[in-house]
Amino acid sequence: MDNEKMGGNQMPKKHALSLQLDLTKFEKATEEEKRQAEVMSESSTFFKDGMKRLRKNPLAMFSIVVLIVIVAMIIVVPYVVPYSYSEIITVNGKRDKTATNMSPFSYSRMEQQYIDEGGKIFPHIMGTDELGRDYFVRVIYGTRISLVVGVFAALIVLIIGVVYGSISGYFGGRVDLIMMRIVDIIYSLPDLLMIILLSVVLNEVINVKGNGFLAKLGTNMISLFIVFGLLYWVGMARLVRGQILTIKQNDYVLAAQVSGAKSSRIIRKHILPNCISVIIISAALQIPSAIFTESFLSFIGLGVKAPMPSLGSLASAARSGITTYTYKLIFPAVMIALITLAFNLLGDGLRDAFDPKLRR
Amino acid sequence: MLKYVVKRIILALITIFIVCLITFFTMNAIPGGPFSGEKAKSPEVQAVLERRFNLDKPVGTQFFLYMGNLLKGDFGISAKTGRNISDTIGSKFSVSARMGFFAVLLAIFLGVVFGSIAALTRNHLPDRVIIFLSTLFTSLPSFVLGSFLLVIFSVKLGLVQAWSAEKQNLILPVLSLAAYPAAYITRLTKTSMLDVLGQDYVRTARAKGVAQIKVLFLHTLRNALIPVVTYVGPMIASVLTGSLVVEQIFTIGGLGAEFVTSITNRDYPMIMGVTIFLAVFMVTMNLITDIVYKLIDPRINLA
Repeated sequence: MDNEKMGGNQMPKKHALSLQLDLTKFEKATEEEKRQAEVMSESSTFFKDGMKRLRKNPLAMFSIVVLIVIVAMIIVVPYVVPYSYSEIITVNGKRDKTATNMSPFSYSRMEQQYIDEGGKIFPHIMGTDELGRDYFVRVIYGTRISLVVGVFAALIVLIIGVVYGSISGYFGGRVDLIMMRIVDIIYSLPDLLMIILLSVVLNEVINVKGNGFLAKLGTNMISLFIVFGLLYWVGMARLVRGQILTIKQNDYVLAAQVSGAKSSRIIRKHILPNCISVIIISAALQIPSAIFTESFLSFIGLGVKAPMPSLGSLASAARSGITTYTYKLIFPAVMIALITLAFNLLGDGLRDAFDPKLRR
Repeated sequence: MLKYVVKRIILALITIFIVCLITFFTMNAIPGGPFSGEKAKSPEVQAVLERRFNLDKPVGTQFFLYMGNLLKGDFGISAKTGRNISDTIGSKFSVSARMGFFAVLLAIFLGVVFGSIAALTRNHLPDRVIIFLSTLFTSLPSFVLGSFLLVIFSVKLGLVQAWSAEKQNLILPVLSLAAYPAAYITRLTKTSMLDVLGQDYVRTARAKGVAQIKVLFLHTLRNALIPVVTYVGPMIASVLTGSLVVEQIFTIGGLGAEFVTSITNRDYPMIMGVTIFLAVFMVTMNLITDIVYKLIDPRINLA
C-alpha cells in the first residue's frame, strides 16, 4: 500500500534547524495503532461492577461458600444417610431400645453385635436423640426447615413490601399519606408479641389436614407466614417508598410519562430496576431475622409440628439434658449461628458492593 | 415541638387501642369459652359463670367492658389458677424489670465503649476484632447463648451460681440478654462516630488545639450518641421479649416465664393480659425515646 512504501524511504533533513516536515507522521494510522489509542476498557454493567467488588470481599465470598455447602448438604444428605428424621433406629427390623442418647460416632450394644456379626450400619455422625433417632439427619432436616421458613418469609416480605411501597411512593399525595399512616401504626406494634398471639390463636382456628408439606409443618408455621405477611413487610415498604421518592424525580421518568407510559409500566420498567439492589440486600438480611423468629417461637413451644424438626425446636429440646448431652445443643446452635452469620455477612458485603451511596 | 409530641402521643394511643382490639378479637375467635371443656358443669353454674364474666353479652359490649376494666387496671382472672392477673403481672414484672434494666445499662455501656474503640482504631486490629465479635453475637439467639453460658459457667466451671430463690444471681441472665443489643449498639456507635469524626467542627476543634480527650468526649461522643438514643426503645422491646426465653433457661420466675407458661397452658385471659401489658409498656418506651430524641437534637426538624 501507499503508506508502507513511504514509511520505508524517509527524506533526509537539509540541515539541523530545518522545519521540513516528516511526512511519515501524517500517514493514516494502521488498525493496530488505532486499537492502541483506545483507552476504554470493556464496557461494564452495574451488576458486573458490583460482582467485581463483591469478589474482592473475602468475608462475603466465604459466606457464599458456606451457604452453598449448607444448601448442598440439605439436598444431598437425606439421600445418602439411610435414616429418616422421624425414624427410630431399628436393628434387623427390631427396635433398638439401647440406641437412645448416643454420643457422636458410637454404636449401641445391639448395633455393635450386628456389626460383629458382619452387618453394616451407617454411623451416627451426631449421635442419637432421646427417642433413638439419628441426630445428624434431624439437624439437617431442621436446617432445611429453617432455611425454607427464612426464604419464604423473605419472599412474602419482598413482594408485599415492594408493591405497597412503590404504589405509595409513586402516587404520593393523599394516597401516600394514608398508606404511610397505616405503615406507621403497624410499625409501632410490638411484632414478636403479635406473632405469639396470632400463633396461639391461628393454631386453634386453622386446621390443616392432609399430608402436604404445609400440613407437616403444622399450623404454627403457617401462622408464622401469615404474621410475616401481615406485619413484617412495613420496613421493606418504607425503604422502597423512600427509594422511589428520589428516583421519580429523574428526567427519564418524566420522559416516560410524557410519552404516555402507564404508571404500572413506569414503576416496573423505569423505577424498580434502579432500586433493585437495595431491595435485594434488605431481603437477604430478612432471611436471618426470619430464622431467628422461627427459632424463638420453636423455643417457647409455638414452632413446627413434631416430629418435624427445626433448628430452634432441636436447640430447645436439647436443653432438657444439657449438662450430659451438651453436643445436642451445640450442633443446632452452631448451625443457626453459621446460617445467620453467613447471611448477615453476605448482606453487608452486597450492600458494600452494590449500594452506590457507600461507594467512595 | 408541642405539635410533634401531641402527634406522637395520638399515634401511640391508636397503636395501644389496636393492640387491645387485635388481642381481644383474636382471643375471642378461639372456639370454646374459658369455661367450656374440662369438667362438665350444670347449665345453671355455667350461666352464673358466664354472667359473672360478662360472657352472655354480645362481643362488642364485652370488648368495651374489658377495655373499661383495663383502664381501671383490672385484667380479669387467670383461667387456670383463678388468681388476679394484674396482681400476678405486678409481682412478676418487678423481677423481669430489674433484670431488663441491668441488661439495658450493660448493653449501652459495652456498646458505646466498644463502638468508640472500633471507630477510633478504624481498619486496625481492635476494630476488626470488635466488629467480628459483634457480628457473631448478633447471629446467636439469646436462648442459645444463655444455655451455653449456663453450661459453661455454672455447670462445668462452677464459677457462677445458678439462679435460686435464696441467691438471686443475675450475672448470666443479664449477660445473655445484653449480648445482642450490645453488639447492635457497638455497630451503631461505630458508624455514627465515624460520621461525626469526619465533620468540620471536629477538625476545627482539633485545629485550634483542644485537648484530644476533650474533642473525643465533648465534641464527638456527645453527637455520635444521638442515633444510639433512637435504639433505646426497640432495645427495651427486644430485651423484654428476650426475657421470655432467658427466664425459662435460668428458671427465673419473672413475667416472661409466666407468659410462656400461660401459652403452654392455653390460659387465654392471662395471655391477653400479659400481651396488652407488655405492648403498652413497649409503645410507651418508644414514645419516650422518640420525644427525647427530638429534644436532644435540635437539628431535626419538627415536622
